Amino acid sequence: MATQSSRSAARIMMAPAVFLLLVWMLVPLGMTLWFSVRSYLPLRGGDQGFVGLENFSRFISSSAFWPAVQTTLFIVGGVLVISIVFGIMLALLLDQPLWGQGVVRILVIAPFFVMPTVSALVWKNMFMDPVNGVFAHLWRFFGGDPVVWLTEVPVFSIVMIVSWQWLPFATLILLTAIQSLDSEQLEAAEMDGAKWTSRFAYIILPHLGRAITIVILIQTIFLLAVFAEIFVTTGGAFGTRTLTYLIYQRVLESQNVGLGSAGGVYAIILANIVAIFLMRIVGKNLDK
Amino acid sequence: MGQITLQQVRKAFGDVEVIPPLDLNINDGEFVVFVGPSGCGKSTLLRLIAGLEDVSGGMISIDGNDATALPPAKRGLAMVFQSYALYPHMTVRKNIAFPMRMAGMDQAEQDRRIEGAAKALNLTDYLDRRPGQLSGGQRQRVAIGRAIVREPSAFLFDEPLSNLDAALRHGMRLEIAELHKRLDTTMIYVTHDQIEAMTLADKIVVLQAGVIEQVGSPMELYNSPRNVFVAGFIGSPKMNLLTGTEASNRGAHTVGIRPEHIDVSATEGTWKGTVGVAEHLGSDTFFHVHVEGMQEPMTIRASGDLTMSHGDTIYLTPDEQRFHKFDNAGLRVE
Repeated sequence: MATQSSRSAARIMMAPAVFLLLVWMLVPLGMTLWFSVRSYLPLRGGDQGFVGLENFSRFISSSAFWPAVQTTLFIVGGVLVISIVFGIMLALLLDQPLWGQGVVRILVIAPFFVMPTVSALVWKNMFMDPVNGVFAHLWRFFGGDPVVWLTEVPVFSIVMIVSWQWLPFATLILLTAIQSLDSEQLEAAEMDGAKWTSRFAYIILPHLGRAITIVILIQTIFLLAVFAEIFVTTGGAFGTRTLTYLIYQRVLESQNVGLGSAGGVYAIILANIVAIFLMRIVGKNLDK
Repeated sequence: MGQITLQQVRKAFGDVEVIPPLDLNINDGEFVVFVGPSGCGKSTLLRLIAGLEDVSGGMISIDGNDATALPPAKRGLAMVFQSYALYPHMTVRKNIAFPMRMAGMDQAEQDRRIEGAAKALNLTDYLDRRPGQLSGGQRQRVAIGRAIVREPSAFLFDEPLSNLDAALRHGMRLEIAELHKRLDTTMIYVTHDQIEAMTLADKIVVLQAGVIEQVGSPMELYNSPRNVFVAGFIGSPKMNLLTGTEASNRGAHTVGIRPEHIDVSATEGTWKGTVGVAEHLGSDTFFHVHVEGMQEPMTIRASGDLTMSHGDTIYLTPDEQRFHKFDNAGLRVE
């Protein structure tokens, strides 16, 4: 009896939170779906009624669509590779006993606390500026011609900025994973004659497997929605237009809410495909 | 071959000297047990021999060659860790194969040795499982298997049984003893459990605060402990140590008498006391007796048939020939 009543009490007490979450999710989703089948041009006549799937076919047949998908995947993939590779290296480094460990760790985590807009502006103006940027000075010091980062290698520049923001997150997760490795395992491997590289490949890396899948999963979800970094640096020019940015342009720059909403639905589908794919990998990895 | 010699080996962590200069000789094929209370430096000593810690001074030689500066893998020793330290993402087969794979041994030889080790350790049915699916005793055997296949010149065991329950511990103890008889390889075994030390060892090394208190066979340590510490540490239940008049009457600063060397009577004897706690083991009963004029209760070992309970009056008669006598520095006097 006690469990019965406490169960129903729990349900009642959880209800407001569940309700809030549902509304939070369902209202925007419903509105997106609703607008995606209507011709809605706020500055050119407003809501002009039902148009069926026309928005969907227009969005996908636009010449900007496939390049945008490509850019999105390139940015997500690039950031993942950089943040995991460097994250592992940094985590290994931070795991060593070193003087001022606490301060160093906080400094490493710091970029994560900087707002995306701010960090992108800092990179754009302080590092990548072809005249006054730190990189430009560095290039000139070695007698090179400064690279005009955001026009010559725009996608790579954005990957670099976003990686800088997400590296701390990856490092933090990987560091905790490395710290949970039983040191006796490494000593046993050492006694078994494994050199450092073999110990890394056979003991440390497999131990990090789970942490790496979690980093990939969480980062992918957030990286698919990267926006501010593109907005304040290239404004979507030079092939840096991602799917998210394309939707933004359709809705706010072209003032075509219907078309943008159709793009939003595509984005939801893409995110779900990626999510299902990742969940299966993670599930497999967590089962071990 | 597995002859290990330590000469003036010392170890310090910063300013703290954990092991003052120490000499020890371990003969080929010997089963040596390092025993002592926790924090006495026995594990550190083992890790120094293994090469997992660097010595702060002195020389370690293995089979006559200076091994002080050799990396662990080059010393030809295999170690079994307290936590077993199996590789969780590899199957039992791969765990056992790992040292041979690192040494680049050919596959046929690897398979032959794995089969041999698996058969010897009853692991044949578990070769394709992961360590997570095995019980504590099986994991322990995999760890031993991984050590055996290397055919090392000596095995090092770091408290290998402390994570097992009592029944398994007894079984594994026998298996390790059996293994030693069969392989006839030097084994160095660290434990804080003096029963393991007594039952397994050819030679026991009793350590306290990094200092060797005594080296000898189990019976030597039992019959003639060199000092008060060894007297109190070896033997279960502990030796009764008496000071004051009882000791000075026998011409020593401290005298010790083992619980099994005291006769019990309900009517007459040298000492009169009352029974405190009685621990019944079936075959034996340990009585804690409060003797008149003594502060510490005495432990005595009596036959399990003797029925006495809390508060009864009891008379004790020690065997005068069996007293161990120590001077005021704690050293044995004959």
